[in-house]
Amino acid sequence: MSDSQHKQKTSLHSQATQALPDFHYHTAGKFPATQMTQTDPRRIQNSGLEDESRDQSQSSSTGMRLIVPLQGIVQGRGGLILGSVIPCAMYYILQFYLKRLRSPPNPPEQQTSNPSSPTPSSSNLAELSRSASRSNLLSRRPRLSSRVHSIAKSNDSPYYIGLDKASADPYDRFSNPNGVIQLGLAENRLTLDLIENWITNDSILGAGGGLSVNGIAAYQPFDGMPELKVAMASYMSQVVGRTVSFDPSQIVLTSGATPAIEILCFALADQGNAFLIPAPYYPGFDRDMKWRTGVELIPVHCRSSDNFTLSIPVLDQAYNQARKRGHKVRGILLSNPSNPVGNLMTREILFSLLDFAREKNIHIISDELFAASTFGDEEFVSMAEIIDSEETDKDRVHIVYGLSKDLSLPGFRVGVIYSYNESVLTVSRKMTRFSSVSAPTQRLVTSMLSDTTFIKNYTEKNRERLRCIYELFVEGLNELGIGCTKSSGGFYCWVDMSGLIRPYNEKGELDLWDKLLNVAKVNITPGSSCHCIEPGWFRCCFTTLDEKDIHVVIERIRLVVETCKSPS
Amino acid sequence: MSMWRPCAEVERCVGKGAAGEGRSCGETSCSRAGSGVVCGREESGVVGLILSITQIKLDGLSLFVLMAIEIVQPSVGLSKMAVSETHGEDSPYFAGWKAYDENPYHETCNPTGVIQMGLAENQVSFDLLEEYLEANLEATNWGQKVSGFRENALFQDYHGLLSFRKAMASFMEEVRGGKAKFDPERVVLTAGATAANELLTFILADPGDALLVPTPYYPGFDRDLRWRTGVQIVPIHCERSNNFQITPEALEAAYDHARSMNIKVRGVLITNPSNPLGATIQRKVLEEILDFVTRKNIHLVTDEIYSGSAFYADEFVSIAEVLESRNYKDSERCHIVYSLSKDLGLPGFRVGTIYSYNDQVVTTARRMSSFTLISSQTQFLLASMLSDKEFTQKYIKINRERLRKRYEMIINGLKKVGIECLKGNAGLFCWMNLSPYLKEPTIKGELEMWKTIMHEVRLNISPGSSCHCSEPGWFRVCFANMSEETLEVALSRIHEFIKTRKQ
Repeated sequence: MSDSQHKQKTSLHSQATQALPDFHYHTAGKFPATQMTQTDPRRIQNSGLEDESRDQSQSSSTGMRLIVPLQGIVQGRGGLILGSVIPCAMYYILQFYLKRLRSPPNPPEQQTSNPSSPTPSSSNLAELSRSASRSNLLSRRPRLSSRVHSIAKSNDSPYYIGLDKASADPYDRFSNPNGVIQLGLAENRLTLDLIENWITNDSILGAGGGLSVNGIAAYQPFDGMPELKVAMASYMSQVVGRTVSFDPSQIVLTSGATPAIEILCFALADQGNAFLIPAPYYPGFDRDMKWRTGVELIPVHCRSSDNFTLSIPVLDQAYNQARKRGHKVRGILLSNPSNPVGNLMTREILFSLLDFAREKNIHIISDELFAASTFGDEEFVSMAEIIDSEETDKDRVHIVYGLSKDLSLPGFRVGVIYSYNESVLTVSRKMTRFSSVSAPTQRLVTSMLSDTTFIKNYTEKNRERLRCIYELFVEGLNELGIGCTKSSGGFYCWVDMSGLIRPYNEKGELDLWDKLLNVAKVNITPGSSCHCIEPGWFRCCFTTLDEKDIHVVIERIRLVVETCKSPS
Repeated sequence: MSMWRPCAEVERCVGKGAAGEGRSCGETSCSRAGSGVVCGREESGVVGLILSITQIKLDGLSLFVLMAIEIVQPSVGLSKMAVSETHGEDSPYFAGWKAYDENPYHETCNPTGVIQMGLAENQVSFDLLEEYLEANLEATNWGQKVSGFRENALFQDYHGLLSFRKAMASFMEEVRGGKAKFDPERVVLTAGATAANELLTFILADPGDALLVPTPYYPGFDRDLRWRTGVQIVPIHCERSNNFQITPEALEAAYDHARSMNIKVRGVLITNPSNPLGATIQRKVLEEILDFVTRKNIHLVTDEIYSGSAFYADEFVSIAEVLESRNYKDSERCHIVYSLSKDLGLPGFRVGTIYSYNDQVVTTARRMSSFTLISSQTQFLLASMLSDKEFTQKYIKINRERLRKRYEMIINGLKKVGIECLKGNAGLFCWMNLSPYLKEPTIKGELEMWKTIMHEVRLNISPGSSCHCSEPGWFRVCFANMSEETLEVALSRIHEFIKTRKQ
């Protein structure tokens, strides 16, 4: 094969595989499981090509109808070779065909002869390149990795569009009363005054004068300073309550929960492996868990009829389907308290989840970012408490925690991996060199967490204020005839507007979302961004609101609701 | 051949009663044909992978089939990345650190301990920083400025604080003597240069592709560029005969070598000033490299984290200056990595940056930086310090002078016993030639000497082989992470050692 031919083929290959995940997303649901299983023999025979043929199996059933009988024909001497070579060849032809038919050309990269500033905000990349490419069609540009293209696409989701729009024109009662009200971003503004107070009056910054950098300028352990780990362990015990104790040596600190989850994905799964994740789930996971690791997320759909709680039969079904499609499932990712629904997992379900994981021999990642932000009557049960009562099987459980939500310090980038698996801890520690917490911040946070009186007071007040604003917000929605599921933790209401959407599908949902954003100027997150299987549900974050603004939000929503209800 | 390890495991599983047709496989002999069931402990601890090969007659073939299948499954599986050795921390470079950690030198408490000369840390100008922070308390923390805190604690935009990006851009200009301009909109912040290099690799190359890196190179690259990205490093071999300079021939040779192995080359990564050589790259060489990458249509990453540690400001030429002189033609293939860890001596703060001339790389890197953001508190603290031109000018000047003085001190000390170093003009280390004292001129000889120096002389220095140096006998010796007194002690230990070797 000559050099140029080769080049063409390989580039074709990588482009096609890159286009496939998307494609798979659209078609996967349409193929009955039985059809999928047909590919199994072929897949194993060509085990070298396993990944590729798996993609193919989802991309076209025509391929299978041809190949499976072929194997019958070519049996006999040399059957292995022919049985491998022919499907291989067909696979390449098919890819070529698919590529010409389906995949749009990659957006050409932009060139500027005298580089101007790139657009400051996260603007739509595809658009940007298209306009710039006209002038420079013929010049050669260095290729970027295929990851870049999926990342360039990612900001098209309503979740990010809404966030951008709200941050470009933020509402303020006095200075910008016509701005967009941000109910899409998970931040807690209710208790900032408490932290402010502490910083100015009690912290090393306020009382002692200045922040000394002496002793912390040099290299620190990448996985966190020992003092902070000790303080963090006792803070986590305090948050979880009862008798659960956390061991500082099982803590790995990262620059936020985002890298904590990514590091766990890198450590637990290979490219192409999958995690099961109860849906609706936090839209950011699609980015955090998939971009660089190449891991797949398989939603386990929870429904309104179960109040969006997870049940083992549904989980089992999702697991089996994933296996049938050729995915190797490496674990389950839970968020408890749930983001976006706001419900808590019961002790019983946590025990059965552990049993399930044991039976399938897979991992559990439990994301407990909102552990201290519970405000309902139900008790929060940490996975740590479940595992404490078990003798064995600790090494499959990993907890993700952070201070962004519970202490309302997202800017400080403090995340935690808490694992019972020594190998996972070792690998995670090594990976923290790519995402360590800045030393001055560690010093400040250590002193904050060590002040147990402050922490206790803060946690109590925070819960009170969360409950208060939650109740006001829900009351307001109820007045409009809009219901919500019962939230017990976190910063969100999971709101049912399915009665207001027309048609009753994703399009109707996005139409309503669009109206709310552009007419009512309220940014909320549509359920489809959270992979909710039922249309018409929305995530509303209420912790960015001031009590005084609630009626403004409700009035704005009322405007849209009324146009939806009117028969026109 | 990690795939062979689990044979015992396989047997055990089959023994546990998998399917009746099951055949297990020993380490050396392979079972006969037939449909077989091979088990990893994957699902419910028993059945793993089914081989439905029905027509195999030859032992050789069934061997082939078994090899192609992954069987390794410890109690609950981890990723290949987690169990692979690509993290490279078993190399002498890291082993030396362990030895130091076990028995660290201290002037009074442990005068016989190991002196750490393997850590490129700049402690010579720390007093300047401290002085500044003390004098400018108000500016660098919130103190009474409550409103500042509110924005700061909640700040989670991955663009980073604009004030800090501006300060960073102006500091980078300052370091380059104003000879290049930097646009704050192109500054992407990361938690350290390590993350910056990895992030760029993620963006520029797919798994299996390669970056060309001139040898000797920083040992950490083996991990930072390869481990999680799956990208390979193909060395550009630089020779002692021309002072380890990068030549067009060496570039071509490395490129052809990669192509001959069917590896796609996606870029060249250089450190300027070079780590571990401690020397800046000449303008002519930069021009040649730039021409090379343009001809091959690949990327150029220049890691300039020691740019402010060049002893003479005019001896360092940034790629940014070369691009400016070419009116930014072909600049979209160039990416600069910078950090405050070395030049400001603040590695604990984890502040790195990617400066790319390619819009798409800037946007993507910014999104990816979610995995490696800098605390807003740190950004705030540094923003005011770095935008104080008076301070940064003074700092850079004094820092250069002090490093030069240190460098001369160690070079002259080594010369006294006849040890030559490569002529350096930058960085926190020198590139020391001990090849005349090797017992045998091989890597084995070098590592033998390194062990002696580690355990008997009790100095942790980094052997050239861990930097993939093509010639044995070279060592990287750091001199800026200790006091002058400690450096004297280290030098006298080297003197003693050389005396014994000369006999």
